Amino acid sequence: MKKLMLGNEAVARGAYEAGVRVAAAYPGTPSTEITENIAKYDEMYSEWSPNEKVALEVAIGASVAGARAICSMKHVGLNVAADPLFTVSYTGVNGGLVIMVADDPGMHSSQNEQDSRFYARASKVPMLEPSNSQECKDFVKAAFDISERFDCPVIVRLSTRIAHSQSIVEINKRQNDELKPYVKDPAKYVMMPAMARARHLAVEKRMAELKAFAEETPVNTIEWGSTDIGVITSGISYQYAREAFGNVSYLKLGMVYPLPDKLITEFAAKVGTLYVIEELEPFFENQIRKMGIKVIGKDILPVTGEYSASLLRQKIFNEAFEKSYDVDVQSPVRPPVMCPGCPHRGTFHVLKKLKLTVTGDIGCYTLGALSPTESMDTCICMGASIGMAHGMEKARGREFGKKTVAILGDSTFIHSGITGLIDIVYNKGCSTVIILDNSITGMTGHQQNPTTGFTIKGEPVKQVDLALLAKAVGIDRVRVVDPFEIKEFERIVKEETEADEPSLIIAQRPCALLKNVRYEGPRMINENCKKCRSCLRIGCPAIVDKGDKIMINSALCVGCKLCTKLCSFNAIVKAGGKND
Amino acid sequence: MTDLNIMIVGVGGQGTLLASRLLGNVAMKQGFDVKVSEVHGMSQRGGSVVTYVKMGEKVYSPIIEKGEADYLLAFENLEALRWIDYLKNGGTLVLNDQQIDPMPVIIGKAKYPEKIIERLREGGVRMDVIDALQIAKECGNIKSVNIVLLGVLAKTSNIAKEVWLEAMREVIPQKILDVNLRAFDAGYNGTKDTSKA
Repeated sequence: MKKLMLGNEAVARGAYEAGVRVAAAYPGTPSTEITENIAKYDEMYSEWSPNEKVALEVAIGASVAGARAICSMKHVGLNVAADPLFTVSYTGVNGGLVIMVADDPGMHSSQNEQDSRFYARASKVPMLEPSNSQECKDFVKAAFDISERFDCPVIVRLSTRIAHSQSIVEINKRQNDELKPYVKDPAKYVMMPAMARARHLAVEKRMAELKAFAEETPVNTIEWGSTDIGVITSGISYQYAREAFGNVSYLKLGMVYPLPDKLITEFAAKVGTLYVIEELEPFFENQIRKMGIKVIGKDILPVTGEYSASLLRQKIFNEAFEKSYDVDVQSPVRPPVMCPGCPHRGTFHVLKKLKLTVTGDIGCYTLGALSPTESMDTCICMGASIGMAHGMEKARGREFGKKTVAILGDSTFIHSGITGLIDIVYNKGCSTVIILDNSITGMTGHQQNPTTGFTIKGEPVKQVDLALLAKAVGIDRVRVVDPFEIKEFERIVKEETEADEPSLIIAQRPCALLKNVRYEGPRMINENCKKCRSCLRIGCPAIVDKGDKIMINSALCVGCKLCTKLCSFNAIVKAGGKND
Repeated sequence: MTDLNIMIVGVGGQGTLLASRLLGNVAMKQGFDVKVSEVHGMSQRGGSVVTYVKMGEKVYSPIIEKGEADYLLAFENLEALRWIDYLKNGGTLVLNDQQIDPMPVIIGKAKYPEKIIERLREGGVRMDVIDALQIAKECGNIKSVNIVLLGVLAKTSNIAKEVWLEAMREVIPQKILDVNLRAFDAGYNGTKDTSKA
């Protein structure tokens, strides 16, 4: 049977067909749908872990226990999981272990565009890279075979355009889902110096074997066309190259680490001009140049952003682009915004009013940095807000600290905020941390987390009590407040930033997109409006400045009534069904 | 068959993803190779969203580039303007005549361009303009804008109506199928050609 599938959905299918029994992940665009789709199969246990490090450790445990296991994350998630990665490379596996990592060239939804291929080389772990959904499925299955044959974890790298493109996939049956026996083997699984030294030798031997395997594996393919030009490429870059170059010869590397030196040398010898087409870093190119082969690559192609067929045509064949239509009008940009009814809007209104320095974090609320709220000073990585607020206070003193708050979401706090909070208590900081608790992991599309009370399968479960947790680590000042009660919220933020000890404010209001959140329906602005524009300060996409009047877009307004609290003239009222 | 490239542009939350999935399904039923490329995450939050649907004998890149789209299915006027360069000469713009102000316009830092439809027409763009929001309302579900537009597209395409209906029955959940079938028919029957400027 054939089916149209997202790359991520095909990975999930591949895991199913490969007999995977355990899957763990932390959500992160563009990898999230892998585990969401795995959760639809009853044959596989799946979970949202608190972060990528824990997710990988869960998968390693499952593998050592004899199950095939898969762990998925976005590129920056692999930074978090790097610690176990480098050592599970030494221990190797029992049941096959596959790590999915989704890079984001062009940064559609990320804070950087790091190239994960370097992790494969640095941790001495083989890496595969599919170029469409069918290969997503096939390569995941191949990765499990490689993992068990060579006793190592295998990384499969996706990029946004592979993860989030649908193409046709042939569906097969599930196989290999028996548990392997568990045998206690400290020499292999307890990495103390004496054991690890022996394992490092095993890793080097394995790398030599994998290098030989790369020469023969069917995931590396050659398509012969005209030999005037040869192209070495992989993944999505192959698709762009195929369109830009047409009928030339291609060496498509399905295995991006280690590289097949002989295959590359032979291919290079048979073609005229040789191009290396790879998004981001010159990962292939530098290795191929080191082999003494002349190539064209990053000397004309960028290391930043996404590629496309037309970019290749322009850079390589100097093709000029001709406009198809001459409609010369500047289009104002349409940046993403917080949704109508978003609980974060109340928080940012108050933070802006108090002119605080705000160390921010990763989530929907990062949008608070944009106009008109513009109340975020920093955003580095998951959980960084807390450590950075503490660092700012230590650098500039208590008075500066009183004008500084850290903000982060509930899921982000669980991911890597707790240790930062402990640091503040332990090292005598006085920072104020605000957890924006919207009862869900929002930005990645509503995943459950340890604070929501539900598992990935929607089963009810104990919730982390954030207030109790803060008290347990030594925060005596814990406040819980609704961010839409803006006066009370402002008062509390003032009190807590003034206090000479650390505080935690839990700003609690659920995401407006959650099914159980029901507001009263659209508002409208009546004749009482004095056009003071106070309501526009919160940056709600439903409130529109028409110049001569302010209007509420009834198709967008959910009726959260935050704007009514800013109006001194009672001009915002329930829309009386006139528009319907 | 000749290759067919359809680009769907709109504002996050307008239902562009379902439209692209339906199109992908239609392509598969025809026995074509197909790729559908979407964006998730940050780009969805009320921002400008774009989805590519490419079908043909063999599809490589999932991305449609400037001057390559046979159809531009625009859910909003400004987005039609923003992406018009992607339509090929002789291609067709299917436009939902709706204005959703972006944040820079809302807060008065930019102006929403005036007379977008007239200017596109003056630029020589062939187009079908329809008030899909109003039609969707009349059919009983304001969210069916996407299906109304697919109806318009179906009418102009060479693909048999039955193929579209079959794809809808497979992709759309049963309880909202009827309202969407009505929306599709309204789009299919309701458009008037405004291309002759």
